[in-house]
Amino acid sequence: MTIYFGFDAGLAALLLAMATCSIVARASFAAIVLFMIYGLLLAIVWVRLSAVDVALTETAIGGGVTGVLLLGAAARLRKSNPPAGEIDLSLRIWAGLLCLLTAAGLAIVVFFLPDEAPTLAPQVQENLAENGLGNPVAAVLFVYRALDTLLEKVVLLLALVGVWSLAKDQAWGGVPGLQVYEQPSRILVFLAQLLPPIGLVVGIYMCWAGANYPGGAFQGGSILAAMWLLVMMARLRPAPAIAAPWVRLLLVVGPAAFLAIGFLGFVAADSFLAYPEGYAKPLIIVVEVALTLSIGVTLALLVAGAPERMPQQ
Amino acid sequence: MTFVANIVTIVLVSAGAFFFMAGTVGLLRFPDTLTRVHALTKVDNVGLGLIVFGLLPQADGLLHALKLIGIWALVQLSGAIVSQLMAQATRRSERQT
Repeated sequence: MTIYFGFDAGLAALLLAMATCSIVARASFAAIVLFMIYGLLLAIVWVRLSAVDVALTETAIGGGVTGVLLLGAAARLRKSNPPAGEIDLSLRIWAGLLCLLTAAGLAIVVFFLPDEAPTLAPQVQENLAENGLGNPVAAVLFVYRALDTLLEKVVLLLALVGVWSLAKDQAWGGVPGLQVYEQPSRILVFLAQLLPPIGLVVGIYMCWAGANYPGGAFQGGSILAAMWLLVMMARLRPAPAIAAPWVRLLLVVGPAAFLAIGFLGFVAADSFLAYPEGYAKPLIIVVEVALTLSIGVTLALLVAGAPERMPQQ
Repeated sequence: MTFVANIVTIVLVSAGAFFFMAGTVGLLRFPDTLTRVHALTKVDNVGLGLIVFGLLPQADGLLHALKLIGIWALVQLSGAIVSQLMAQATRRSERQT
């Protein structure tokens, strides 16, 4: 008991320290690295709270993809000319005040929760067998809160469109440059040849296991994205033109399959996003597989960035 | 039998933790990037190896044990590659200055 308390207290203190350092750090690179460490520590916190699904997502997104995106942004900023100027003091104070207000609001909500927090967890656990799923988190994501999950995937697509819209007119539909990432050394090429077979198996396993164990489309998709990025950064395969039909198809296949099955619910069951009796699990797996592909391609292209040149003929 | 297994675990995991501590001290105290990378990679290989071997007697069957060894192998691979990449980047920046 006391050992666990000591561990948790140490973890919380480290987390706070990392958060503070990340905000206080002057250099963008240091701030980003601290933020990534913060994400990884937060994943351990989720494991301590027995939320392994969240921990996996936090590691993949908070520690991994967000970190790489921020590093890429920082590298682009460093190249940009003229350098970004100082933000003036009053703006900083306002931003600080707003952050403080948000934090205070959250703190008040958390501290004034009733002792028995309202929860639907027992009901989810009771009805788990009906959907044929073994992982209650998957049941919440794809059965009880399917609309949220669907919208989340659409938001991811919108984010990618936002990144693409930074392209110059003549590069529209072209190939992401990847210039911020250094020319690959032979060691990186070696890694990019060695790791993807292992990573692909782990990614597919994560997606498949998500129905019964922690894992799922997001976790599997981010591993697939990482493998593809590794191959692109090692220049083993070129980045695709964003206008390529197969790219567009893979990007929308997940949300489209989700929507199609959602509309099927009107006909085969009684409402939008409802699954017909007995077919819940197979349909959910179809959606998960399609979503894994889409998430993988979306995340990889998010990191690859805006198109910079037209494909060579 | 459990008693022996527990002793093995405690000894090996403690030794692993000691290596991690030594490596962290090295990371903080060594004078330049290359020596720091050196300290860090020793920790990854030996420290994590000892911890994984210490956990093997507690493993829940062969599959579980193989998973632990798989994790160790992957961390070994990433440690070796990342240290090489960092060392290369250091040498390149030293040449430029």
